[in-house]
Amino acid sequence: MDNSTPLTYSFTVHGDDFSSAGEASVQVKKILRSIGFDADTIRRVSIAMYEAEINMVIHAGGGVADLYVYPDRIVIVLTDKGPGIADIGLAMSEGYSTAPDNIRSLGFGAGMGLPNIKRYSDNLDIDSKLGEGTKLTITVIPQR
Amino acid sequence: MKVSDIISKCSFTLLVEADTERDITGVYTGDLLSWVMGHGEEGQCLVTIMSNVNVLAVASLLDLSCVILAENVKPDDEFIELAKEKEINVLSSSESAYTICTLLYEALK
Repeated sequence: MDNSTPLTYSFTVHGDDFSSAGEASVQVKKILRSIGFDADTIRRVSIAMYEAEINMVIHAGGGVADLYVYPDRIVIVLTDKGPGIADIGLAMSEGYSTAPDNIRSLGFGAGMGLPNIKRYSDNLDIDSKLGEGTKLTITVIPQR
Repeated sequence: MKVSDIISKCSFTLLVEADTERDITGVYTGDLLSWVMGHGEEGQCLVTIMSNVNVLAVASLLDLSCVILAENVKPDDEFIELAKEKEINVLSSSESAYTICTLLYEALK
C-alpha cells in the first residue's frame, strides 16, 4: 500500500433498523483484523465507528460509511442526510442528548456518542449543515 | 477460568452456547451500552439487564467472553438467533447484577 491509494470500502447504514446497527462496524473490524492491525487500533476504530453508526440510525435515518485504510492511518467518513447538528459544541459535551426516550430504554441516548468518538480517535472532524446533513471524518492512527 | 467453569460454579443457565472453553479475563457490568462500549475490555464477561440485540453488537465488537443476563431477564427469539449467529455465549441468572458480580468475584479469585 502506498499513501496515495488507500484500500477503500463502503457500507450502507440502514436507518429503519435499529437492531442491525453495528453491522458495518463488525465488517470493518473483520477487515482490519485480516489486514493485521493491532488489537488496540481495531478496538478504537470499532468503538468510534459503532457510536457513529448508532448516531446515524437514531438521528439521521441512516447513511453511508466509507472506510479508507492507509498504511499509517485509518479514516472513516460517515455521511448522512439527516437534520444536521444545531450546536456542535453542545453535542460534544458528555451527557447532552437529543435522542428520544425509546432510544434510552435500549441503552443509548446518554450523550456519550460523539464524546466517545473523540476520545477513541486521533482526529474527529464534524461538518454539519442544518436541514442538509452531517459528515463525520474520523481518523485513527495505529500506535505501532 | 473458563465460561464453562463459571456456569457450574455460579449455577448460571446457559441460554446460547458458542465457545464455553473461552477464558474469562474479567468482569464488567452496566446497562448503558455506550458506556460499556467505551470501557469494556476483550475477554470480559458482561453482566447486564439489557436484553436487546444491541448488547450482542457490543459483545461482538469488544470480543467479550460471554453475556450474563441478570434477574431472569428473558431475551426474545431474535436475540437468541443473533447470539448463535455471532457465536456469543449467553448465560442467565435469577440473581441481581450485584449478586452475580459477587459470585464471579469469588469464582475468579
